[in-house]
Amino acid sequence: MNRLAYALALFFTVLTAAFLAVPALMSMLAGVTQIYARGIASGLTIDWILEVWRLYADTIGRSIAIAMMTLVVTLLVGIPLAYAFVVRPSALTRALNELMTLPLAVPGLAVALAMLQLYGNIDWFRRSSLFIVAGHVIFTLPFMVRAVASTLGAIDIRTLEEGAASLGAGPLRRFLDVVIPAAMPGVLAGSLMVVTLSIGEFNLTWMLHTPLTKTLPVGLADSYASMRLEIASAYTLVFFIMIVPLLVAMQLVARSKSRKGMSA
Amino acid sequence: MKSRQLFSLACMVPAVIVITAFFLIPAVQLLFIASGGEAGLSRYLAVLTTPRYRDALLSTVALSMVVTATTLLIGGIAGIFLARNRFPGHGLLVAILTFPLAFPGVVVGFMVIMLGGRLGLVGQISEALGADRIVFAYSMTGLFVGYLYFSIPRVLLTVMGVAETLDNRLIEAARSLGAGPFAIQRDIVLPALVPAFVAAGSICFATAMGAFGTAFTLATRINVLPMVIYQEFTEAANLAMAAALSVVLGLVAWAILALARLRGGDNVAAAG
Repeated sequence: MNRLAYALALFFTVLTAAFLAVPALMSMLAGVTQIYARGIASGLTIDWILEVWRLYADTIGRSIAIAMMTLVVTLLVGIPLAYAFVVRPSALTRALNELMTLPLAVPGLAVALAMLQLYGNIDWFRRSSLFIVAGHVIFTLPFMVRAVASTLGAIDIRTLEEGAASLGAGPLRRFLDVVIPAAMPGVLAGSLMVVTLSIGEFNLTWMLHTPLTKTLPVGLADSYASMRLEIASAYTLVFFIMIVPLLVAMQLVARSKSRKGMSA
Repeated sequence: MKSRQLFSLACMVPAVIVITAFFLIPAVQLLFIASGGEAGLSRYLAVLTTPRYRDALLSTVALSMVVTATTLLIGGIAGIFLARNRFPGHGLLVAILTFPLAFPGVVVGFMVIMLGGRLGLVGQISEALGADRIVFAYSMTGLFVGYLYFSIPRVLLTVMGVAETLDNRLIEAARSLGAGPFAIQRDIVLPALVPAFVAAGSICFATAMGAFGTAFTLATRINVLPMVIYQEFTEAANLAMAAALSVVLGLVAWAILALARLRGGDNVAAAG
């Protein structure tokens, strides 16, 4: 590539990265600045973060709990489904796959509306965090299934199973002792994805939550609408701190997976 | 052999129960509500004849198209560049450019406020330069900037993924035949990336159509379809109309994705 084109493309790419990074950095800084309008000169403080903890600690705990419950359900439901998809593809599995991914194409608002009008009157369910978990499961299940199915597909699970079967292992035994260990890389990648998506989910959750089941993103929306910029920023900073380790872990898993893929 | 078949069927049972209970039955019932009652199917006509709904639908489609085109341009240039060049800081740039993937729409809205809100960076700069304080966050412009913000990482990743697998021998061959850098981009790189652009563009469009959190943070008065659905449901308590609008929105988004998949783009991704 000629030098000028290279320099222009590099400049353009850096500019794009700045567009994404600068507001995030500004908001992180605002979360630890005394008075944002007067800038950093007004001094640094952790008071805003303490205030966020006082106001919103419950939403942070609840988001983590909901993400964990969502993870458990997607594991229990998703791993067997991915196995069935890989081992016995048929018209039935294709139809089920289509139905499973449909909630990703349809806006979350519509999915939430559909759930609300059917279950809105079942009081204990409507008021429990489980209602939000149900929504998150519908929204995250496809990611778990895809990750596990792609791992199982890549290692030729059928041949492995033939081996176990010839040694006399029954289907359940093979599933627990051969399939699940073999699926582990996909299970790990899928789990990170499910937890990250669940913690950040807003569109569904905003419609499904009640005043007693506020999650972190719901609390964020609340603080953006009614709190001063410093508190909103400090709260966003807390969210970043929670989400960054998950993202880093996801990139590491993806990298180790592609490295293994190359050596194979 | 029989027990195997039974076992793999049994493996699907939990998923069938969960999907049926929490998606299929609710969705089917929503369809009935949208087309039931006195108004019936005429509600779908109302989407096109009532100015408020029609304008929201048209402006949402228009906004989504402009966002998709702009994102494909930006993400395409940056994605091809990053996939085909290695330099110090490359990893950091990729990390920064993909980091916002995990931001909920509300947080993206807040990022736009940091840029174009009342205390925003653009306003401070414009004031320091002696002009008026520019505030754009709480308008269609703010929404456009926000949609760009969450769309660029998705498009970039898709384009990079395909550009990295591009066969270098083709490019070498073209170069040895005397093709310039511009001709190589136009005749080899871009055609090879068409499926990636189709896939990324369709995801981008469908996501922009259904995006709710960003508009929710920036201004409840912005007249885009998800906002109108939300208002019908909460303020007007008109579930049937909200349902009909949701069905239209869902159909448009789904149709775009299905159409793109027919053209070979694999586009399963989370809508923000």
